[in-house]
Amino acid sequence: MSEPSVRRAGNRVFIAGVALLILWVLLPIWLLFVNALSAPAEVTGFPKRFIPSFDLASLSFFFGFSGVIDALWNSVKVAALTMILSIGVGAPAGYALSRFDFPGKETFRFLVVMTRAFPLPLLALPLAVMFIRTGLDDTIIGLALVHTTLALPFAVLITYSLFSGIPLELEEAAWTLGCNRVQAFTKVILPLAAPGIAASAVFAFVISWNEVFAAAVLTVENRTLTAFLLQSLDVSPLPLKFAGGAALVLPALFFIFAVRKYLFAMWGIANR
Amino acid sequence: MAVIEIKQVAKNFGAFTALHSVDLTIADQEFMVLLGASGCGKTTLLRIIAGLETPTAGEVWIGGRRVDHLPPRERGIAMVFQNYAVFPHLTVFENIAFGLRMKKMDQAEVTRRVTRTAELMHIEQLLKRYSGELSGGQRQRVAVARALAMEPDVILMDEPLSNLDALLRLEMRAELKGVLAESNTTTIYVTHDQVEAMSLADRISVMNGGRIVQAANPVEVYRNPAARFVGSFIGNPPMNFLTATPVGPGKWQVAGQTYDGPHAQAAEFAVRPEDLHPADHGLPAEVRVVEPLGPHTLVTTTVAGQPFRAVLESTLMPRPGDVIHLAPVPDRIRWFDPATQTALC
Repeated sequence: MSEPSVRRAGNRVFIAGVALLILWVLLPIWLLFVNALSAPAEVTGFPKRFIPSFDLASLSFFFGFSGVIDALWNSVKVAALTMILSIGVGAPAGYALSRFDFPGKETFRFLVVMTRAFPLPLLALPLAVMFIRTGLDDTIIGLALVHTTLALPFAVLITYSLFSGIPLELEEAAWTLGCNRVQAFTKVILPLAAPGIAASAVFAFVISWNEVFAAAVLTVENRTLTAFLLQSLDVSPLPLKFAGGAALVLPALFFIFAVRKYLFAMWGIANR
Repeated sequence: MAVIEIKQVAKNFGAFTALHSVDLTIADQEFMVLLGASGCGKTTLLRIIAGLETPTAGEVWIGGRRVDHLPPRERGIAMVFQNYAVFPHLTVFENIAFGLRMKKMDQAEVTRRVTRTAELMHIEQLLKRYSGELSGGQRQRVAVARALAMEPDVILMDEPLSNLDALLRLEMRAELKGVLAESNTTTIYVTHDQVEAMSLADRISVMNGGRIVQAANPVEVYRNPAARFVGSFIGNPPMNFLTATPVGPGKWQVAGQTYDGPHAQAAEFAVRPEDLHPADHGLPAEVRVVEPLGPHTLVTTTVAGQPFRAVLESTLMPRPGDVIHLAPVPDRIRWFDPATQTALC
């Protein structure tokens, strides 16, 4: 084979690979939305229409289903609390990591990542026992605490890379111009870091929003939407599952898309 | 109005000693340049004066007040940073006004001062812009204007021109000198560029290995280096050095020639390349490379096996391989102690 034809073949493989990856991600999402926005009768039908019929019967049935609204509201409360806790703790940690040299800094960074090394199912039972003893079981704050431990490593890493991307010189300039440490942070660093911190907060929200295992184990009455859907999975009709799935995916998808460039920053691809 | 006194200031970073007990007094309204290669401690010293670094030992006094325990904002200083440090989220106006607002100055005074310093730095048409919309030279002007607007006792500058291209650097250098001369502030300016140091300074402190080797006016530093390092660091090409052997009290033989020198056990002969001229009798120099530079010609030679450079009139065109005789101007010969590397008289 001549060289251009080899290159053309390589190109085709590349394009096929890209197409496969796109399908891998988009096909389930498309299925979800087509079924969620179709009449209940259409859900079981095949072949699917590419554009859904925009029949809201499935969705209205879903939102009318007893307990859905409560679960949705619980999800929002837990996620919001998770967001506040993980940024409240994570952003100062990220700032400290980027600005100060302290003994054990590398160990600390390692430990932050290590928290993700223990699978939640392993922790769930002892956690449940501990929560029952302390009275944290089946509470919004209890679940938010667990979700915070899940979201915290990301909050620390994202804000660490964010603060590292802001030159120390800017802070020093503020100090020489009359600021103390707190003023320099609020007047110079915070305005520059705010969009990224917001992004990191949204990410924490989404982590909590999507989390199902801890929610299912640790709550009984105050179920979040994910736990509620899991619980009623075997008893609910297909349209309800699709509508619930869409209701879960849509906000997460939207938020992640909005903050994607800051999430790349976490991996050092871009700092701005 | 501020004299700066640095008393036995030392700084260690772990096992590394950045500054060894530095003493320096900078007069009111003096333009002092700290000159040295990277890693010599000049920036560390500046940052200690600014309060951005804490000295391991020693005292810093500004205007008769001990300041080494004070944060930067209480020292009466303003600083211009190497990368300008113009705040990206504020307009040029708000950047210049930043320090004034921190002082809770009323709006009329803020506007007056910002306008005045902006005019001084020729950036009055940029006041509404953000730093992202400015060139490097313009950012530099904003950084200087921001410092000047504070009307500080002391302005500290950390290699402010090193990120500008050559032509702009030349222009800004002259402008800085003019602006700072009128501002009545004491200036400390850090640079590794000897031409910048020579052209700006009232006095240069040459630093090496965490010590101030010589602090004197530019001509003195150039003509009478206090140490071998100063002679080899300043001047382009730098000073020539040749070994000398004693042949009598105050008489030294250098490459077969006898010169009057110091009364000492051992000495090294030194002369600047431009203080040489061809003569019938002089140091025998074997020509290696000839570089015509226009106004004069740089000739690289070997004298008694040691590298030796001369700046000669461009009418003279020796060829590589020629042996020429170079006579030093007698009162321009300098002698250094080979053991301590310091100047001998």
